[in-house]
Amino acid sequence: MDNLIEGIIVVAVLAGAAFTLVGSLGLAKLPDFYMRLHGPTKATTLGVGAILIASMLFFSPREAGLSLHELMVALFLFITAPVSAHILAKAAMHGDVKRNPKTRGEPWEQ
Amino acid sequence: MFAKLFPHPLFSALLAVIWLLLAASYSAGQVLLALLVGWGLPFFSSALWPRRPPLAKPLAMLGFIATVLYDIVIANVVVALLILGPSRRLKPAFVVYPLALEDRLAITVLANTISLTPGTVSADVSLTRHALLIHALNVEDEEELVRSIRERYEKPLQEIFG
Repeated sequence: MDNLIEGIIVVAVLAGAAFTLVGSLGLAKLPDFYMRLHGPTKATTLGVGAILIASMLFFSPREAGLSLHELMVALFLFITAPVSAHILAKAAMHGDVKRNPKTRGEPWEQ
Repeated sequence: MFAKLFPHPLFSALLAVIWLLLAASYSAGQVLLALLVGWGLPFFSSALWPRRPPLAKPLAMLGFIATVLYDIVIANVVVALLILGPSRRLKPAFVVYPLALEDRLAITVLANTISLTPGTVSADVSLTRHALLIHALNVEDEEELVRSIRERYEKPLQEIFG
């Protein structure tokens, strides 16, 4: 039983680390500002989520009661990550940041 | 009487739960404090809030959250593969999404959901709140994207917010 839980924790930590790494890679290698936004807003949500699951599984048997405050980290992350992405995109449109020439459609003027 | 004491019952319950989770302890004292915060904050601040109708179907929210969580997992795998693949094959696009929702909170929830799910970030809301501007990382067919957002997220939100 302990081995099984430890196995799940290991998989969750590794998967979390992998997704966070890919998110950061996206930030480094994608061609324009708007596309780079996608890396950190998404790949990292699952990355952090997996690490939080691992943390809950690891700490619950070691401390009194279930360890649930990780849920708060997830909640605040899910609320704030899209908002910061939205503001960054808005600021970029306002500042007329260069876009990848293949981008279809235009940001509107207002 | 009840409505006076608890102007936002759902909000009260949420606050109490968040308090307990943040305190990370379920002793009698903390439970008491949680109840106090859950009752007091909405009660004393309700005069400052815009009047809003209660959710039409609060329970449908659970189904919506489940759909979104599932989509977040899929989105992450899809975006990870797109990032690892060659960048020149990506087809980024700005897509204008015509909104059917009118409630401000509902539009906020929809915009946040769009940002959390497959390859799309909501970039702006039109001044009249009739459309969202979405940036997509890789999109073949804009109409298909609009249709899937309408079916998967906007329609359930319309039901929840009534």
